[in-house]
Amino acid sequence: MAAVHGDAHGHEHDDHHPSGIMRWITTTNHKDIGTMYLWFSFAMFLTGGTLALGIRAELFQPGIQILQPELFNQFTTLHGLIMVFGAIMPAFVGFANWQVPLMIGAPDMAFARMNNWSFWLLIPAATLLVSSFFVPGGAAAGGWTFYPPLSTQGGLGVDLMIFAVHILGASSIMGSINIITTILNMRAPGMTLMKMPMFVWTWLITAYLLVLVMPVLAGTVTMLLTDRHFGTSFFNAAGGGDPVMFQHIFWFFGHPEVYIMILPSFGIVSEVIPTFSRKPLFGYSSMVYATASIAILSCVVWAHHMFTAGMPTVGQLFFMYATMLIAVPTGVKVFNWTATMWQGSMSFETPMLFAIGFIFLFVIGGFSGVICAIVPIDIQVQDTYYVIAHFHYVLVSGSLFALFAGAYYWIPKWTGRMYNETLGKTHFWLSMFFFNLTFFVQHFLGLAGMPRRIPDYNLQFADFNMISSIGAFGFGLTQLLFLYVMINCIRSGEKAPQKPWDGATTLEWTHLPTPAPYHSFEKPPVIQ
Amino acid sequence: MWGGNMRSKSAVTLAGVSALALYSSMAVGSKYNLPEPQSVIAKDIYDQHIMLLWICLAIFIGVFGVMFYSVLKHRKSLGYKAANFHHSTTVEIIWTVIPCLILVVMAYPATKTVIAMKDTSSPDMTIKATGYQWMWGYDYLQGEGEGISFYSKLSTPSAQIENKAPKGENYLLEVDNRVVVPVGKKVRVILTANDVIHAWWVPALGIKQDAVPGFIRDTWFTAEKPGIYRGQCAELCGKDHGFMPIVVEAMEAGEYSKWVAAQSASAVKTSMHVEK
Repeated sequence: MAAVHGDAHGHEHDDHHPSGIMRWITTTNHKDIGTMYLWFSFAMFLTGGTLALGIRAELFQPGIQILQPELFNQFTTLHGLIMVFGAIMPAFVGFANWQVPLMIGAPDMAFARMNNWSFWLLIPAATLLVSSFFVPGGAAAGGWTFYPPLSTQGGLGVDLMIFAVHILGASSIMGSINIITTILNMRAPGMTLMKMPMFVWTWLITAYLLVLVMPVLAGTVTMLLTDRHFGTSFFNAAGGGDPVMFQHIFWFFGHPEVYIMILPSFGIVSEVIPTFSRKPLFGYSSMVYATASIAILSCVVWAHHMFTAGMPTVGQLFFMYATMLIAVPTGVKVFNWTATMWQGSMSFETPMLFAIGFIFLFVIGGFSGVICAIVPIDIQVQDTYYVIAHFHYVLVSGSLFALFAGAYYWIPKWTGRMYNETLGKTHFWLSMFFFNLTFFVQHFLGLAGMPRRIPDYNLQFADFNMISSIGAFGFGLTQLLFLYVMINCIRSGEKAPQKPWDGATTLEWTHLPTPAPYHSFEKPPVIQ
Repeated sequence: MWGGNMRSKSAVTLAGVSALALYSSMAVGSKYNLPEPQSVIAKDIYDQHIMLLWICLAIFIGVFGVMFYSVLKHRKSLGYKAANFHHSTTVEIIWTVIPCLILVVMAYPATKTVIAMKDTSSPDMTIKATGYQWMWGYDYLQGEGEGISFYSKLSTPSAQIENKAPKGENYLLEVDNRVVVPVGKKVRVILTANDVIHAWWVPALGIKQDAVPGFIRDTWFTAEKPGIYRGQCAELCGKDHGFMPIVVEAMEAGEYSKWVAAQSASAVKTSMHVEK
């Protein structure tokens, strides 16, 4: 530990970097880039959230009040795209940038310049997405899944979306190649694969999934583009194509994508739970195998998104069984977390609250996932609010809550300052309350027969829609509190000790001062 | 510091959990569950959903019972000292095998239903439904009523949608021409679309099937009781996706024959209507 301290002081001149905006444009430092990823994703989160509030405002009461149907469809489409590609995915890459080198004892990411490029690609992509609202015809309005032929009908906004997806895909592929190379080649001596922190493991597996499926997405949006402008008929039956083929290709990307957004959260939670239970993670190796099996299974279940699209009986049965199987490794993870907490010496700082909140609500999302996997039941709930509730339980109270847990957990190491614990806990409890207010009732809306992506609804759905809208506004406002807590921490938080969490065991806490110096681990630590 | 807050935090958790429980109890037996099933398939779906809810609830109570016991008892603030175990192959095998068995229990009835719902053979009558932006077209292809053909559009006046008139009970779920079928007859529905993908969904009958332009899909139902069953397009199909409902009216055989006769009498009028 002392050696690393000395090292940091001995190379103070290495901290030299351009100041002002040029620091951020030219940086190749993983910490700077991680920070930019995190701020970018939070800005996108607020943008996508604003769109969500537009949707909920329209749905507050039956009848058309605020958004005309066409604009409503643009809001739902861009809400989905921005949240998936702009908020959740880059946020996890931000965590990977900050934490992977720190947790494996590497000085930086393997390809530092490519790292800069993969971040800065996000800006034009986000600009294309957001600005598409202002082109003739407006933004893409075919849903975030942009099924043709509907998306073949759209205007310029669809083309902007296609290019944005291309650029985001390129960025993701570069980011994942970087992460894979860093993890496989730059671990400190003695850190074998099976000694890696679980967060690093989950990101390694996630990065492989990304490299596997992002090119598939790029392929399918390219086919859509040539269908729209160059006379091909990949998805047009009149020219010998098949609209449903798009769905197969899209979901071959889309389902692994779901796990791309959840596996790193499993990683964060697997760091937070042992730290605050002051007890090692239960079943480390079965956690690794469970993560890998989820990743592999995720590649053979895509058609469960298409049970109503029409497919042979055998196809429906295969995809039903394969999907149900995912519950097994996922269950193993939940049991392992519970066993980690069992007979621990727990304390409940904000990261731990978010981690427990994550498990609690993610399991509800997992249950509704199993229910959706059952073909006959899925026939009823497919494309209804039940599905909306299901995937917000795994994406918001899953991925997002884990991101919050990670942010509170590591912010002392990143900034050298502590956040305000009372405000952090307030943020948790308000998020927990308003999240459930928003989304729990949507299960019932779906069961009762309310389709998704509709701007207006029958009176029987009115009361729960109103509750859901109130919850959504509460949840949205609560996230401004998170912004305040973070800014307050960065500007004027109390000084944090090297290891504010006494149960933490990973390298960034045990081997680095707080805040982590601009250049860390120039000499790798030695792991026994 | 934390210890003092513990009781209030548990109270908050308790309040949250009971709010969820309250929601759930409100839903049981109300319009906030799946609609009352009106066909064999819908009945299967309803029962399997309830069975799965019970299984999930049992697992939920088991897992979180353990977890929250631990959260309450194994606290640093109570001076609890952490144990140091970190794996147990036996336990891990047990909690891998048991979920597999539970899944088999869930999959068995589902498999039977899937096979039943895919069996569209030997129907008593066949109706073709075509999705348009934004209405449905119906052609009675085979069986009693063969040759009947009409469009079915939303009949809710736009004044209601624009909040200029009070909304009726079947707001957005009413059409000008209903699909009329006889009770107790196996009706095969053939689906296609004219422009983009739509989905034909009638919850009470337990069927939802995408209508894909350029392709034919099929599904079936048998309505058990006379009644009016309402549904909506379930696949985003553009601007008025929320405004193309489906209304099926099931009649006793005699009534249905009268309806067919009336339709045939006005067939000329209908086809002129179609041309327009």
